[in-house]
Amino acid sequence: MITIKGLKKVYPAKHQDVLAVDNLNLEVSKGEIFGVIGYSGAGKSTFIRLLNRLEDPTEGQIYIDGKEISAMGKQQLRKSRQEIGMIFQHFNLLWSRTVRDNIAFPLEIAGISKGKRRARVDELIELVGLKGREDAYPSQLSGGQKQRVGIARALANNPKVLLCDEATSALDPDTTDAILRLLVDINEKLGLTIILITHEMHVIRKICHRVAVMESGRVAEQGDVLDVFLHPQQQVTKRFVEQVMGDKDQEESLHLLENYQNGKVARLHFVGETTNQALISQVSKQFDVAVNILQGKITQTQKGAYGTLFVHMEGSDEEIARAIAFIKTTSVEVEVDADAE
Amino acid sequence: MLSELFPNVKMEDIWTAIGETFYMTLISLAGTIVLGILLGLLLFLTAKGGLWQNKILNFLAAGLVNIFRAIPFIILILLLFPFTDFLIGTIRGPKAALPALIIGSAPFYARLVEIGLKEVDKGVVEAAKAMGAKTHTIIFKVLIPESMPALVSGITVTAIALIGYTAVAGVIGAGGLGDFAYFYGFQRHDFDVVFVCTVLIVIIVFIFQFIGDYIANKLDKR
Repeated sequence: MITIKGLKKVYPAKHQDVLAVDNLNLEVSKGEIFGVIGYSGAGKSTFIRLLNRLEDPTEGQIYIDGKEISAMGKQQLRKSRQEIGMIFQHFNLLWSRTVRDNIAFPLEIAGISKGKRRARVDELIELVGLKGREDAYPSQLSGGQKQRVGIARALANNPKVLLCDEATSALDPDTTDAILRLLVDINEKLGLTIILITHEMHVIRKICHRVAVMESGRVAEQGDVLDVFLHPQQQVTKRFVEQVMGDKDQEESLHLLENYQNGKVARLHFVGETTNQALISQVSKQFDVAVNILQGKITQTQKGAYGTLFVHMEGSDEEIARAIAFIKTTSVEVEVDADAE
Repeated sequence: MLSELFPNVKMEDIWTAIGETFYMTLISLAGTIVLGILLGLLLFLTAKGGLWQNKILNFLAAGLVNIFRAIPFIILILLLFPFTDFLIGTIRGPKAALPALIIGSAPFYARLVEIGLKEVDKGVVEAAKAMGAKTHTIIFKVLIPESMPALVSGITVTAIALIGYTAVAGVIGAGGLGDFAYFYGFQRHDFDVVFVCTVLIVIIVFIFQFIGDYIANKLDKR
């Protein structure tokens, strides 16, 4: 759906040119939710603006749906932009227009007749859940409602791609979740390809299928969200994973607490689990062991549960050994600390 | 009772003078709005980072605005005498004041328009671009509506300045309340006439201010 080859953006400056995006290569498939994460200044904001040429690339090619965006003339580019929706951190609604007229704006630009505009706007208001607020002005809406208007506006011309520029960064956590659910909903209902940039790992975890981590204008790492969570290669990725999963070192310090006289301490890794989420109750039912959860964090991604649990198992040595053998037959990984006895 | 307090004030003449003041103010205001918005847009769009970024055009527009704003109004009238004579066919009367009034206040309003346009959220312009809007769509459906309260406040300020200018123009024979106060009041030492004209001008200014504020408020949905 989207192919990016050797993309580069240089901002000329007096002393030293700023390299905002450097030799970026990406491939995004149709219907995918693709996340780009990075700290501020990593170039992700420039990157997303290059995709619909709000910024012109210095070098490289961008293909969206087989058409080369980077080679288009003005006229052609305007037409193509109508097929690329975009939503913004600060919503960027026209305060002088009502909700209805804001959503109708891209339809006006596309030259849709008045009657058809009205019907389409009603459809979109329904889709984003803003029924009853059609005639409100943006200043009368909450942040979440404003972003819903932004989403409806972006979808008005039935785009193939939706670009999300820090779309939830100005929202509180509850509203963020609601907006993210709406995005997933739209992705599934309309088969829309979504590219979103963010500095928040939990956004990636909740809705993205694949992720690219950006640092100083380059993609430091990319892959399935689960793989990146599980085997972060780069330092910057590890820091983002810690945002969601907590600090690994802190978990290691648990060893100091392992003063248990009996039983064993085991570490269970849930890796994209969808079938073994009830593992703890299974073990305590089937084997004569008491399972005591010491610490841990499990988090849900688009591809199942992911996280680590530290458990203390009490019972006879043989029974514990059998329980652990059983866990090993499941897809949950288990590590037993030898010195815990 | 009024005739006792102001023995030299003839109501018919006053009405004519008020009519002339309104005539000059309203016609020149219309001209100023059109010319000012065009110039203001030109200043804004050709500026650095603007939609029509153009150094030379911006320099010319800014130069024109600055020069005409620097000339004191009374001198501008004198300077424009030949032009006015050519255009209107006379240099006396309310009609003859119009070119100087418009040329004197349009650059002032153009700067106010430019300031108003600069305050439009850049994100909204970016959003319109991302939707595939043409430049004229951005101008007429984003920039102007989104800066409307500022444009209207600017019109109010300009209108009030214009009322002042019409009085100045009166001194060299343009008609209106300024003319009346100077020739029928000041020069004949009938100060009651000067006083009545002053009060009337103040009332007219208040009316313009009130209407302008009301409209600007109504338009502002922020």
